[in-house]
Amino acid sequence: MKTSDKNESRVARRVIVVGGGLAGLTTVMKLCEAGVPVDLFSLVPVKRSHSVCAQGGINASVNTKGEGDSPRIHLEETVYGGDFLANQPPVKGMADAAPGIVFMLDRMGVPFNRTPEGLLDFRRFGGTLFHRTAFAGATTGQQLLYALDEQVRRWETVDVEDSKGAALRGEKMVRKLEHWDFLGIVQDDAGRCVGIVAQDMKTMAIEAFRGDAVCLATGGPGIVFGRSTNSVINTGTAAAAAYRQGALYANGELIQVHPTAIPGADKLRLISESARGEGGRVWVPKDPKDKRKGREIPERERDYFLEAKYPGYGNLVPRDIASRELFAKCFHDKRGVYNPKTEKNENEVYLDLTRIPKETLRKKLAGILEIYEKFVGEDPYENPMRVFPAVHYSMGGLWVDFEKSADGGLVRGSPRNQATNIDGLYAAGEVDYQYHGANRLGANSLLSCIYAGLEAGPAIAAYRKGLAASAHDVPQSVFDKAEKREAERYQKILAMDGDENPYALHKELGEVMLRDCTIERDNAVLGKVIETIGELEDRAKNVGVPDTGDHANHGAQFVRHLSNMLVLARVIAEGALARDESRGAHYKPAFKQRDDERWLRTTLALYERGEGARSSVKFVRQLDATIAGKSVTITDAVDTTLVTPRARKYETAGAASAAATGASSADKQPST
Amino acid sequence: MSTTRTVRLKILRQDSPSKPQTKRWEEFEVPWLPQMNVISALMEIQRSPKTTDGKTVAPVVWESSCLEEVCGACTMIVNGRVRQACTAFVDRLGGGETITLEPMTKFPLVRDLVVDRSRMFDDLKQVKAWIDLDGSHELGPGPRQSPANQEEAYPLSRCMTCGCCLEACPQVHESSPFVGPAAINQVRLFNLHPSGKMHATERLESLMGEGGVADCGKAQNCVEVCPKEIPLVDSIAQVSRQVTKHMLFGWLLK
Repeated sequence: MKTSDKNESRVARRVIVVGGGLAGLTTVMKLCEAGVPVDLFSLVPVKRSHSVCAQGGINASVNTKGEGDSPRIHLEETVYGGDFLANQPPVKGMADAAPGIVFMLDRMGVPFNRTPEGLLDFRRFGGTLFHRTAFAGATTGQQLLYALDEQVRRWETVDVEDSKGAALRGEKMVRKLEHWDFLGIVQDDAGRCVGIVAQDMKTMAIEAFRGDAVCLATGGPGIVFGRSTNSVINTGTAAAAAYRQGALYANGELIQVHPTAIPGADKLRLISESARGEGGRVWVPKDPKDKRKGREIPERERDYFLEAKYPGYGNLVPRDIASRELFAKCFHDKRGVYNPKTEKNENEVYLDLTRIPKETLRKKLAGILEIYEKFVGEDPYENPMRVFPAVHYSMGGLWVDFEKSADGGLVRGSPRNQATNIDGLYAAGEVDYQYHGANRLGANSLLSCIYAGLEAGPAIAAYRKGLAASAHDVPQSVFDKAEKREAERYQKILAMDGDENPYALHKELGEVMLRDCTIERDNAVLGKVIETIGELEDRAKNVGVPDTGDHANHGAQFVRHLSNMLVLARVIAEGALARDESRGAHYKPAFKQRDDERWLRTTLALYERGEGARSSVKFVRQLDATIAGKSVTITDAVDTTLVTPRARKYETAGAASAAATGASSADKQPST
Repeated sequence: MSTTRTVRLKILRQDSPSKPQTKRWEEFEVPWLPQMNVISALMEIQRSPKTTDGKTVAPVVWESSCLEEVCGACTMIVNGRVRQACTAFVDRLGGGETITLEPMTKFPLVRDLVVDRSRMFDDLKQVKAWIDLDGSHELGPGPRQSPANQEEAYPLSRCMTCGCCLEACPQVHESSPFVGPAAINQVRLFNLHPSGKMHATERLESLMGEGGVADCGKAQNCVEVCPKEIPLVDSIAQVSRQVTKHMLFGWLLK
């Protein structure tokens, strides 16, 4: 292999992070602190990443309310909330790190709400009885994203230094490439990931970039479901592209539906769980034909159905349960809010904040109430809000590894943490599958994104240190070839002149996925969904590219994203068909029980070409891979060494954590 | 079809910055939907990109992400007013039958309704809009802050870098170096924070020269158009006072 010449040594040897939400920015920050220069790619200016939409808060068992909360309880409740499908060491690592993460964010200047004494305030969220969620009004994600964005911007002004401490001319620690679309990874002859190919969405130039490692922090695939609470950029295209290149995709079928959102033609807008955390109550009128406005219906004529069925956790049962109950109330019982105009029971229930003092609402929830007021045109301070479930989050994602420490958590700085099965390719944030099992607890997503970044940064730095040969010494021909492959693909898209409109096809896909692959799943119906996906894949080969322009061509880009969305839709639907049990967000009325014997395992999907234009999924129980230069056998076994699986019972207060109730339990304490 | 309600849009388009000859107005008609916003109308055009005179064209290009007015991406000029397209509701716009969409004018054009706002992010570097953290390792909690301090900081911190205030500001134009209200507001925000304060003078000095806070012409348009109702005029006044104080007495404190 050619070694670097004099000229090359004055060029920063970077790693690549794709995605500038919380996970990506945290990874970048940690890499910079470790002295590793980074190229940061993002589809949008990083301040507009989807993390900005997170509302309610971030969990950390800081225990400032004298309730006896602890990271151990946080671990237990997260694992229990996820119906025991999460590997427990990463969850322990996350719960242990959480207080430190919130303090770090506090030091960065996040305007968290305060107690009268000047401490951080915490509120309640789903699946717990503790006040564990730090928050900045109801736009916590936005505030966290901005704080990390500011730290990374600071690194954009810092020079890269060579080994002697001299600045490399013109090289800053972070180089941001915004409005770039990830097309695929570049692999050397041994299969190691040595860079990416991306497209400048202004000039449409396609270019290969070298990186000693690549971290995808590209978020979830909510747009596969057409409309969801996700930003329009969340097509999952980067994850799908990596999956098509051999990255393992895990638990794809586990899609979280959030119980409370407001329907819209372009988007289903989230109304945060924090509304219930602050005392909001869910109800429907007892009389299903009640014509009165919500606020006019007296207390005794309201059915607070969550509180009635789950006295232990009430309105704060985990999202999978709340969504199923709301869905059943509207679809099966036809008890949704009656609309005298349409003479129908709409698919809506009330979420009522009107009994909470207005001053409290203004200080703690203004952000979401503003959204409701703007998009519905009704005052939520005076009227109960009308909400319905919406696709919100993917627990599944790219499979990633971890190295377990002696105390049952993670070894910080192990190059195995957050590593995919492709050597040199890492994943962090919603795009990974690691922290939430079969159902994510509210306010754990901001936490898991940042925690995954805190692990990915040091892991990548260690991986880079251990490399025998830098990606920057790989022959140029490897990159030229990858660039050519993607350029040809793009030319093919530009030449497509069929009859189908890609946006219309996407609408069809979304309608099918939303209707038949979310809250309740049925094998016969899923069979039809999969057939429809196949037909859409066929038709997608016959699209007419809507735009042939040579500048900011979003139409051609969408053709590419559509093809990737179809691939992920298949992973989701086929995973759902295979998993014959009910666990967390995955619910089949024909298989109501959780089946630990057969299904306490990770769904592992590998991409294969199918017939004609169609893709195919190969499910595996185990797989050999090289991770950080070492051979590893990946299996679908779930590490449950810290909390023994047991049935979920949210009817009883404190059921989610044995440690919290002080009940004797079979839960093993970590053996150190 | 005559009973179906429709919405008409008149959109200013241009294929790329290097093709000014392609600048043109095009009109579209799309089916009306309940609670329809400008984004839904643009999405309808994507699915059937035909002008009212029957010509099939490339779908209109615009920038968007969150669609709930927290990301700032979809800022454009709707019926003559700069705002986010996601909260521009067809039924609440008024101003006649046809909705007019134009790109912002104070930023370089990319295509159709997309402009390049990267100068706003660069400005944040110039004013050092960050806390100078010793590192992200664990150092315990941050400084205690009163609820009152949080209540002053939080609204300032909701700036989406959307560009409305720059678009509306008469002092911001091609031949002016004025940094604009958004960055000045960030200086106020960080100079308010207990650790941010320690580096207040560096931020103030970045606003002392040409293009700094003194270039504000006090037109107060910024505060009128800010979608997050950030008290921008207040912020400019406060930072202006801080700068004056620093200019007069700063050398005494050194």
